[in-house]
Amino acid sequence: MSIVPLLEAENLVMRFGGVVAVNGVSMSIGEGELRCLVGPNGAGKSTFFKMLSGQLRPSAGDVRLRGRSIVGYPAARIARLGVGVKTQVPSVFDGLSVRASVRVAADAVLPPLLARRRIDEALERMRITHLADQLVVRLAHGQRQLVELAMVVAQRPDLILLDEPAAGMTGEEVERLGDLIVELARSSSVIVVEHDMDFIRRIARTVTVFNQGKVLTEGPAAQALTDPRVLDVYLGRDAA
Amino acid sequence: MSIVLRAAAGYCVVALASFYALVLVPQGGDVTVMINGAIYSSYAILALSLALIWGYAGILSFGQAAFFGLAGYIYAVAGLNIGDTAIAALLAIGGSAAFALVVGYFVFWGRLSDVYLGVITLTVSLILYRFINQTAGEEWTIGVAPLGGFNGIPATPILTWFGRPDEPLMPEQIYLLSVGALILCYLLCRLVIITRFGRAAIAIRENPARAELLGYDTRLYKLGVFTLGGILAGVSGVLFANSVFVSPTMFNLQSNGQIIIWVIVGGLGTLAGPVIGCFLMLALSTWLGTLEGVAWADPNLVMGVALTLCVVGLPRGLLPTAAMIGDAALAGIRRMRERRPSPVQTVEERP
Repeated sequence: MSIVPLLEAENLVMRFGGVVAVNGVSMSIGEGELRCLVGPNGAGKSTFFKMLSGQLRPSAGDVRLRGRSIVGYPAARIARLGVGVKTQVPSVFDGLSVRASVRVAADAVLPPLLARRRIDEALERMRITHLADQLVVRLAHGQRQLVELAMVVAQRPDLILLDEPAAGMTGEEVERLGDLIVELARSSSVIVVEHDMDFIRRIARTVTVFNQGKVLTEGPAAQALTDPRVLDVYLGRDAA
Repeated sequence: MSIVLRAAAGYCVVALASFYALVLVPQGGDVTVMINGAIYSSYAILALSLALIWGYAGILSFGQAAFFGLAGYIYAVAGLNIGDTAIAALLAIGGSAAFALVVGYFVFWGRLSDVYLGVITLTVSLILYRFINQTAGEEWTIGVAPLGGFNGIPATPILTWFGRPDEPLMPEQIYLLSVGALILCYLLCRLVIITRFGRAAIAIRENPARAELLGYDTRLYKLGVFTLGGILAGVSGVLFANSVFVSPTMFNLQSNGQIIIWVIVGGLGTLAGPVIGCFLMLALSTWLGTLEGVAWADPNLVMGVALTLCVVGLPRGLLPTAAMIGDAALAGIRRMRERRPSPVQTVEERP
């Protein structure tokens, strides 16, 4: 394992006019790590994600992928460097079939012959092979989440960013998703933003807690989630 | 199954239409039909150019006629000056492609939204229209070619084969060339949309943000499709210049508007649909023009009514509606077969 972490964020700041959404967050993710980001609404988790993936350009601070600064790179370039993103609301190609969607994803980073194999593999891993010829627009919300995940998985990124992947899924789907994410973490590093505490306990080893644009605490899941300060921010009491 | 069947049926129809246009019509020997056929075919390539960029890449260019007219004028001016019109034709198509590349660069790298794209392309076309319209004087002569203001260039030279500038093509040959070009352009578009590039363009139309997150530089793909649209419009402009002659009306609002009408009537998101829409609407307005004593049947008015009826009655356009009816009929036949068990099975089922 190399000494340089896969991804480092250093003092990231994001200001929207007078509002500081993220205020000096530093974080480091190693190869093959599965990390959960938690925190109340408006804590800056999604904004932080968007700075990592290039959808937002940070007001200050640095993001390094394998030691190389990627601040200011367009999202498409960061994607090609091996960062896959699953957005909060499923962002899919409504007018395409499931297979065509995954094919577009594989095409973006792979030569044609390899791409074809990856498509079937990604569909199988997400267990949506039976939906391959369906139009994405006809699918239920949970299935659309899986299609988006399949697109990300087909690219085999080094780092996968998942923004609330369990949102809107049924209990059974959530359970399966948990297993899937743990499995994904065997081949990629994964960062998950999630609200569902049971879900986090099931999948995460390390948890980073965000509050008001800053990292409140970071540590093993069992410890971080029982920290009194964390309970305070989740119950809405003042952390001080 | 139904997709395969539909594709096969589509190719059969295209093959039959091509056979009719390339073999049967020339055998008939009616020159008027062939001159009209050449004009229709050149316009149909213009329809294809918008069908490709709007229907498959989601780029609504309101000024596709700018590339059409520009190519026509480059062809006429270069042809009069050089003499070898085959070279002039290549220059014209290259010129309209380059112009599309430049316009597209500013539009897509400026990250302009769809509405602005429509406005800007239309404005570009109308600026060209105003400019060419006022070039009536002696001072507006390029080499030996007078631009001619609102009269255009009636002396637009006729296409020749490469290296044989003294043998202009006959109207029959222009007709065959135009129909052949239409078929080739159609097949080219079909080919483009199944390549990796075409699939990416379609994905970008569906969801540009997702395409970016998958690693596609959406600007590059849009620029590519838009430039290809400029090339098709350029081919169309050169062929039109050979069937009629170049004039500022090539750039005007009516030219731009009718391309959009063809695509909407024929079916947005298809390639053959807009070609059919173009032929039908042109045939309708030609027929209206031949009517006598019906002053109320102003072609523009009738076209407007036809468009409105189409949008209200067939919101998806002629071709998709026909395909839907075909699918429904097929499903109906299948259901009827299932309901009626075949006699052979009955015999086997007996103990």
